[in-house]
Amino acid sequence: MLSLTLLSIPLIASLLLLFTRGGLSRNLALVFTLLQLGFTVYAYQVFKTEGAAPFDLLRNWSAKPFLNVHFSMDGMSLLMVILTNLLLPLIVLSGYNRETERPHLFYSLMLFMQFALNGVFMAFDGFVYYIFWELALIPIYFISFVWGGENRAQITLKFFIYTLVGSLLMLFGFLFLYNGSPAHSLDWASMVLNKSCSCNQTWLFWLFFVAFAIKIPIIPFHTWQPDTYKTAPTQGTMLLSGIMLKMGTYSLIRWLLPIVPNGVMEWQPLVITLCVVGVVYASIIAIMQRDLKKLLAYSSIAHVGLISAGIFALNLSGLQGSLVQMFAHGINVVGLFFCADIIFNRTCNGNVEGIGGIRLLAPQFSTWFMVVVLGSVALPLTNGFVGEFMLLYGVYEYHTWLSVVAGLTIILGAVYMLRMYQKVVLGKAVMENLVFPDLMWNEKVVLITIGILIFVTGLFPAPIIELTEPVLKTIINK
Amino acid sequence: MNTIIYTSVLGFFCMLAEILNLRKLIVPVLVLGLAVIFGLNLNDWNLNQSYYNNMLHVDNFSVAFGGLAIFVTLMVFILSTDFYGSNNYHISDYMSILTFILVGALMMFSFSNLTMMFLGIETLSIAMYVMAGSKRFDIRSNEAGFKYFLMGSFASCFLLFGIALIYGTTGSFDLGKIAEYTIQNQGNISPLFYTGMVLMVFAMLFKVSAAPFHFWAPDVYEGAPALITAYMSTLVKIAAFAAFYKIMSATFFYTSEKVELVLMAATILTLLVGNLIALAQSNFKRLLAYSGISHAGYMMLVILSAKNQPAGALFYYSLAYSLSTLAAFAIAIPMFKSAGTEDISAFNGLSKKNPLAAAAMSMAMLGLAGIPPFAGFLGKYYIFTEALQSEYFYTTLLAICCSMVGVYYYFKVIIAMYGKPANEVKYESTFNFNLVLWVCLGLSLLIGLNPAPILNIF
Repeated sequence: MLSLTLLSIPLIASLLLLFTRGGLSRNLALVFTLLQLGFTVYAYQVFKTEGAAPFDLLRNWSAKPFLNVHFSMDGMSLLMVILTNLLLPLIVLSGYNRETERPHLFYSLMLFMQFALNGVFMAFDGFVYYIFWELALIPIYFISFVWGGENRAQITLKFFIYTLVGSLLMLFGFLFLYNGSPAHSLDWASMVLNKSCSCNQTWLFWLFFVAFAIKIPIIPFHTWQPDTYKTAPTQGTMLLSGIMLKMGTYSLIRWLLPIVPNGVMEWQPLVITLCVVGVVYASIIAIMQRDLKKLLAYSSIAHVGLISAGIFALNLSGLQGSLVQMFAHGINVVGLFFCADIIFNRTCNGNVEGIGGIRLLAPQFSTWFMVVVLGSVALPLTNGFVGEFMLLYGVYEYHTWLSVVAGLTIILGAVYMLRMYQKVVLGKAVMENLVFPDLMWNEKVVLITIGILIFVTGLFPAPIIELTEPVLKTIINK
Repeated sequence: MNTIIYTSVLGFFCMLAEILNLRKLIVPVLVLGLAVIFGLNLNDWNLNQSYYNNMLHVDNFSVAFGGLAIFVTLMVFILSTDFYGSNNYHISDYMSILTFILVGALMMFSFSNLTMMFLGIETLSIAMYVMAGSKRFDIRSNEAGFKYFLMGSFASCFLLFGIALIYGTTGSFDLGKIAEYTIQNQGNISPLFYTGMVLMVFAMLFKVSAAPFHFWAPDVYEGAPALITAYMSTLVKIAAFAAFYKIMSATFFYTSEKVELVLMAATILTLLVGNLIALAQSNFKRLLAYSGISHAGYMMLVILSAKNQPAGALFYYSLAYSLSTLAAFAIAIPMFKSAGTEDISAFNGLSKKNPLAAAAMSMAMLGLAGIPPFAGFLGKYYIFTEALQSEYFYTTLLAICCSMVGVYYYFKVIIAMYGKPANEVKYESTFNFNLVLWVCLGLSLLIGLNPAPILNIF
């Protein structure tokens, strides 16, 4: 029943927030996300001592068509739930010195998003999983659309339709599996255990893969992403890049690999090449970008490209690396977008070359920004390093030259991130009369927490690896 | 059976009320009466009885669909007090005609004889022709009524001719006897039987507004008064589909290979036409007309897989569709009234003026688009599983792709409400409209979250 509590806290909070107004809704949102975080810590303790049993919830939903509701928990789910519930308070807090129109609706949607994300990660039945996957799309669409910037109508609709195309293909895949399986069950365990689906996995693979590839996004399914990241309000971008994108990579491991193993084996060379090419391609575009948010968007594509490449290497180090890196990237990218937002908010300038000279005005901000940048270029001792190292090792085990190409990401990443940092923060101010107040209290809390997390997970990645090892082994053995 | 009789009595009461000067009583009596009939109808659950030499057959199918039809009518009656508030003079005529539409629909759910089906369809259609043209001084409404009448009577001719041919070959109007004939004569069924069957299918395709017989729908939906459009797009469509399903599942599936191709072509065409043309619409009623055509396409999948007896899927889908459509109209009607236009632009900036109404409209649109947790999603899911089980593989894939297209035009309304600058129109709703709105949305959410009782109804 613990899983039900994890789901109901954000849901109740999101409904409650609709009846509040003004500053109260923000505070209440923070209280509830912290409560959820506390409960997640408790859940972690329970999971360590008692395993998955207290989380398991299996109910029949409807007899014809035979549908079950099944929530459960394993190491991988727990890791993603922790990531979600850890980032949410930070995301709420980052909005404290901003004025948001209609905050009750904004934060209500945000908490609803948290509810849906928790559901995605805890669902162990294909149908429930699909419902939560779709549910997560609705709040983020409204957040990006209602509170978004220029051209939001076109861009967010493109985003919505793009991701829905993927979802519906996946729905078709699930329907097909449902009809194909003798028990008419979409339960994860039964789908993993019995090698029932002897059907043609060649194209079944693509139904699922395209859905996840759009969400992640893997090139060439990425065209919705840079514009959406730019248009969405910063907190929305944080949700999108920090957590929602992880839905895709998580689902690759959770659903794609065990359900269509033959299809995966068949298409592995093509897909992994696609991912690695995507890494380099996105890095090069990131180098050319002048718009700060778009630069970060492309850097994000490069990073998740590497994560997916590690997943499709289909070995333990690749998979573990991908989970470590998913956790790390979630934290880093939220930090990066927050820094970008701070800069944009104070200078009203999103152009990398048009700012400069912040170091002198805001030393604290510059320091913490540096920490986040270092984390994302994978400096040893930061969280980015562990993950990327393991990922590259995984790709290396699969294919030597491919890993060399993928390894370029470290160099290229350093090029665009450090150049961006240099141009934006160091040097002389390009803008005249640049006023740049240093960090406010809430910004300090967020950035320092992120900074600490970057180092802590960089120095002690072992708990993450231990947590997820058993699940990954089951999946690999399959 | 009782429901049909009592509903007719209600219809006669409306006409008498005009003479006896009881006009004020009409709506309360109708609402109360329908509520009572709703209860009486449910009382027939598991009754399974035939009446009048097997002309009518009351079973769970007819009770369930009858309940749905009565519910929809009840909602429309609640709306009509405010809708017809300004020209009170004709209310008795309108109400009695609306009630007779329900009578026709109830006959279409419970017939077991083709003559009875024809009577039901005609009772419903003739009343509907009148209602479509009921805004007498509006030229569009006149056009709608006339167009609907001309096309509809052609369709009725086809239906009648089809029935006659089938009678000629089988010697009976009775569904059971016709089914018997097709089983006994497998392999050497007279070509006249197929001709009759295809003619009947054409007529039914017209009634459910499936392509290529859909041309009347946009014009009639647009021209008819908004409340009648709501009634037409829910009750008439459901009744036509239920009757269509009933003949297909009772008689024709024994010989379906021949009809299958026709039905499949119609399904594919309906899905494409409905969804693609809806993209270009800027008038809300026309949009809903094309959306209705596309929903007809999804429901056609049920007809296609009629040999699996997927009545549960049809019922769930009809319920989900009518709840969302009624909710959409419960906001749109007051909106149109104050805006003076029926364009989507009437909704511009509604979220700033009335966030609650905008949220409700979004919920209705999401429900129509088939996004969870609303009932529309599960309805589609159920239909697609049924279609896949009958091995309509590519048609299902096409239907899924079409629901993707659907999202675009439903979101046009959402974008207008949340993204466009506000217009000066004030949104003023009344208690009745809000009541219908929230009852429908609440039910849509409820059966979306807890579908088991409805899904397993048969």
